[in-house]
Amino acid sequence: MQMETGTYNKVDPPDGYTAPGIFATTLDKVVGLARKNSIWPLPFATSCCGIEFMATMGAHYDLGRFGAERLSFSPRQADLLMVMGTIAKKMGPVIQQVYIQMAEPRWVIAVGACASSGGIFDSYSVLQGIDKVIPVDVYVPGCPPRPEQIIDGFRKVQDLVGNEALRRRYSDEYMELLAGYGILK
Amino acid sequence: MEKVFVPTDYFPVLVQSVVALGFVVVTMLATHFIGGKRKKFHTVRKDQNFECGIEEKGNARFPFSVKYFLIAILFVLFDVEIIFFYPWAINFKETGWDGLWEMFLFLGFLLFGFWYIIKKGALNWED
Repeated sequence: MQMETGTYNKVDPPDGYTAPGIFATTLDKVVGLARKNSIWPLPFATSCCGIEFMATMGAHYDLGRFGAERLSFSPRQADLLMVMGTIAKKMGPVIQQVYIQMAEPRWVIAVGACASSGGIFDSYSVLQGIDKVIPVDVYVPGCPPRPEQIIDGFRKVQDLVGNEALRRRYSDEYMELLAGYGILK
Repeated sequence: MEKVFVPTDYFPVLVQSVVALGFVVVTMLATHFIGGKRKKFHTVRKDQNFECGIEEKGNARFPFSVKYFLIAILFVLFDVEIIFFYPWAINFKETGWDGLWEMFLFLGFLLFGFWYIIKKGALNWED
């Protein structure tokens, strides 16, 4: 059976000046490349989407091949907060505290319908989307999303990480975003 | 012919010490001045100890009984005494009778200390 070449994504180097033994590019491209291929996630797995995440981290789907091999349950050492599962209103301040205690630069991915919008649980006790308490970068719809979809969301986060300006976390826009959530950095 | 070492032979050691110390100092100063504004990111909630997202209650430290410290420090003392016995044990024949009496004197000092702590009740684990 012949493998079709060109149908899978290869990792290309960023734009830069190439010469034998030398590659020169801008700092933010290099930093972005390094950051996006070494994201350490914080798996905030609550329910069914957490089980799908367990499958994603397993050998078959393997999120580790994108650099996310080392999960951290401490926000001090994590880059990406992956909220996977239904978040109750009681859990809202907890998620906010965990997000606040992450060090900049930090990103958030909402996996599943419940984290994105409350999902099927439109009730008095369920938070209708975690973007009510923390700023979210990528939403992955699904109930639950397949591991391939979770990986797709992760790839979108990688695009965001690779293209982020280095001074974005000091910018007024970011401060206003946080102030809107009452986080104040 | 015996090799004689003059103090100037140890100049490379001085150079290495200056380089090691200088590297540490320069790196710390450089990162302090060049690095990003960490102060801009401090808030009360960010600096609290990580308690899995819930509020922290009280102090993690609590007073504990002094007997743990006493046992540990007495162990260190008597362990060092045992270390001193090892060279004497190896050169037992060479040190002869003089070595024996000197070591008995050394042992006597420490046995006096041992008797003292027994009388004071420092080894009494149950209150």
